[in-house]
Amino acid sequence: MQISKLGLDFEKVHKARQYASGIAADVQNFVGTYTTVAVERTLCRLLGIDGIDANEVPLPNVVVDDLKLKGMLGEGVMFYIGNAMVETGLTPQQIAQQIADSQLDITRLPIHATEQINLALQPYISQSIARIKSNRQRRENYINTIGEGAKPYIYVIVATGNIYEDVVQAQAAARQGADIIAVIRTTGQSLLDYVPFGATTEGFGGTYATQENFRIMRKALDEVSMEVGRYIRLCNYCSGLCMPEIAVMGALEGLDVMLNDALYGILFRDINMQRTMIDQYFSRVINGFAGVIINTGEDNYLTTADAYEEARTVLASDLINEQLALLAGIPEEQMGLGHAFEMHPDMENGFLYELAQAQMTREIFPKAPLKYMPPTKFMTGNIFKGQIQNALFNQISIWTGQGLQLLGMITEAVHTPFMSDRYLAIENARYIFNNMKDIGTEMEFKKDGIVCTRANQVLDEALEILGKISHEGLFSSLEKGMFGDVKRPRNGGKGLAGVVEKGKNYQNPFIAIMKGGHE
Amino acid sequence: MSGGLYSMERNDFDQTLDLTRIKPYGDTMNDGKTQISFTLPVPCNDEAIEAAKLLMKKMGFENPQVVFYKELTPGFTFFNCYGSCAYTVDFTTIHVPKVDSTVWDMDETDTFIREHIGRKIVVVGASTGTDAHTVGIDAIMNMKGYAGHYGIERYEMFEALNMGSQVPNEEFIAKAIEMKADALLVSQTVTQKDVHIQNLTELVEMLEAEGLRSKVILICGGPRISHELAKELGYDAGFSMNSYANHVASYIAQELNKRLNG
Repeated sequence: MQISKLGLDFEKVHKARQYASGIAADVQNFVGTYTTVAVERTLCRLLGIDGIDANEVPLPNVVVDDLKLKGMLGEGVMFYIGNAMVETGLTPQQIAQQIADSQLDITRLPIHATEQINLALQPYISQSIARIKSNRQRRENYINTIGEGAKPYIYVIVATGNIYEDVVQAQAAARQGADIIAVIRTTGQSLLDYVPFGATTEGFGGTYATQENFRIMRKALDEVSMEVGRYIRLCNYCSGLCMPEIAVMGALEGLDVMLNDALYGILFRDINMQRTMIDQYFSRVINGFAGVIINTGEDNYLTTADAYEEARTVLASDLINEQLALLAGIPEEQMGLGHAFEMHPDMENGFLYELAQAQMTREIFPKAPLKYMPPTKFMTGNIFKGQIQNALFNQISIWTGQGLQLLGMITEAVHTPFMSDRYLAIENARYIFNNMKDIGTEMEFKKDGIVCTRANQVLDEALEILGKISHEGLFSSLEKGMFGDVKRPRNGGKGLAGVVEKGKNYQNPFIAIMKGGHE
Repeated sequence: MSGGLYSMERNDFDQTLDLTRIKPYGDTMNDGKTQISFTLPVPCNDEAIEAAKLLMKKMGFENPQVVFYKELTPGFTFFNCYGSCAYTVDFTTIHVPKVDSTVWDMDETDTFIREHIGRKIVVVGASTGTDAHTVGIDAIMNMKGYAGHYGIERYEMFEALNMGSQVPNEEFIAKAIEMKADALLVSQTVTQKDVHIQNLTELVEMLEAEGLRSKVILICGGPRISHELAKELGYDAGFSMNSYANHVASYIAQELNKRLNG
């Protein structure tokens, strides 16, 4: 029996989980019967199809768009590419190139037996599975030999737009004490229905996520990991219209952490909910198999809605995200469930409420490496006060044992971080994490005091919301604006045209393999 | 504690305030004291510190002091510095263009609209282009508002639509036509490499091409937008940091009244 320092009633937690489990199962029933252009492009990449055509269109898009245009996408790329391999003896990459050159129509070839198709695909499937496994092994070897930083992992962002400049910033941050480097994406990439190709040096507010950029940064972090004697993790963004595609590129290049939350895309990028839920499932299956820690985006609710009032929504959403992740085979140890320090700095006892919520989240998800997000909404450009806001945030994190600590920047709301901004943030966190290291085990909360009362109140409210959502269904709840005050229609938003129902020949063998034999 | 805790510098400058020649204030009028920090792309050594001081002198600071330095990573050194600014500006001749309207609260604005316009004012807002940030437009438009200032959706005499983020200019204009908008609000938060300027300019050009520009009150806002910049780009008004819904709402009400009733 788990002991709560807050006097939480774990029967209520259990009940809340049951609601969340039902909500997630309902979504999964829907997801199972559909595929999307992004899922099919991901399968192309898993068969080794890469590169671009003469118009710089990525070859996975060429193949998938061709099938889509012909109304055949529901049968899936595995079926058509596999069949074309049997018929022509070509590799998937050669087939993609011939489609790009309009030399081959894979929908008009004689259909071969399923056994033959599967036999032809098998070596390519095994190859990509082996590559992802070896990347996972590589990470584990590093951690077992040179070690890793203590939790909370110090997590910082680089965002120059130029991958080579990002390398300089990332290595500097690692030397200063960072454990996780996120290369933030260029603004607008989440709405591209393709992944750009090659190394890039131009971006707005961030750097394009491309497989080559992933490779360049992972290599740079391997170098600096050896130098500092600590494994440095690389994070990117598996959200938007290319969720599973980015997941597979990350898995193939050894990324360690991925933002991965469909709810975030629906609410804050206006991506169609059906499309992104289907995409999310496969992306999470890949992330689970690759040993990647996912980050969910609950913190974002608090940038539009009030952090005190909406604590309940954050908890409800964390519970739903946990269940959706479990269905995709992600173990709790890889669930970076999100929450944030976003209450108004003028609020009396705001620190205690933040402490209550952080401790409550810790106790409800004891194994998850919780992702704790810094103050952003009330950062004003007063960098001196900002440093204190970030210090309070760091104190709560070390006190309540958070997992991934995205450091606040004093120049939040001013510009993308300077090298010196990141240094000051890391210095702040390291000072507090060391100086207050064991405060969590030393301090207890007053029975029925402000902290305990607040935590129990949030749990009660979250339970109530989950009851409503489980009655209503997740899609319908999203239509009614139950998360972050944002309403989204089921058939609105971007990317719905990329959803198709699976046909009778459809197959995606990777799901069973990656989930260890379970669909 | 080493020397320098208390300043022994002589204050042999004129200590009277002259608004035609103002300079920074530390603790004595006209001392010019300024704090500044920067990073130089050189290793941390005596030459780096000297370089920082020389740079301060070139920036116009007398008695530059490097009070803290730290090598952030090999080849990059961070400095915290103080110096006395040698330059002055004439405060009496400065003219900053401002939005020319009286700021009212929600009730005053609603009453004014009821009495002078006699119908609801239609406002469409969005964070346009690739900009994914909704914080600005939400603060101005959403029911809840920001920092105790209710958003325009809350006003009885406004019909407001917040289209959210990453709205293409084409869609924004189409919605404005559909709703017969009186005023358009554009929020721009991401400003790296001046992407906001391109996007704001494009909107004006598209509105002109559609013959709509003079028919709407066109307003932009964001942390790096000033009224002056907005006017320069062809907007009627621009709102920057520390502007709230009531600033925007009372301006729209007064401007529309001017246009309709002369």
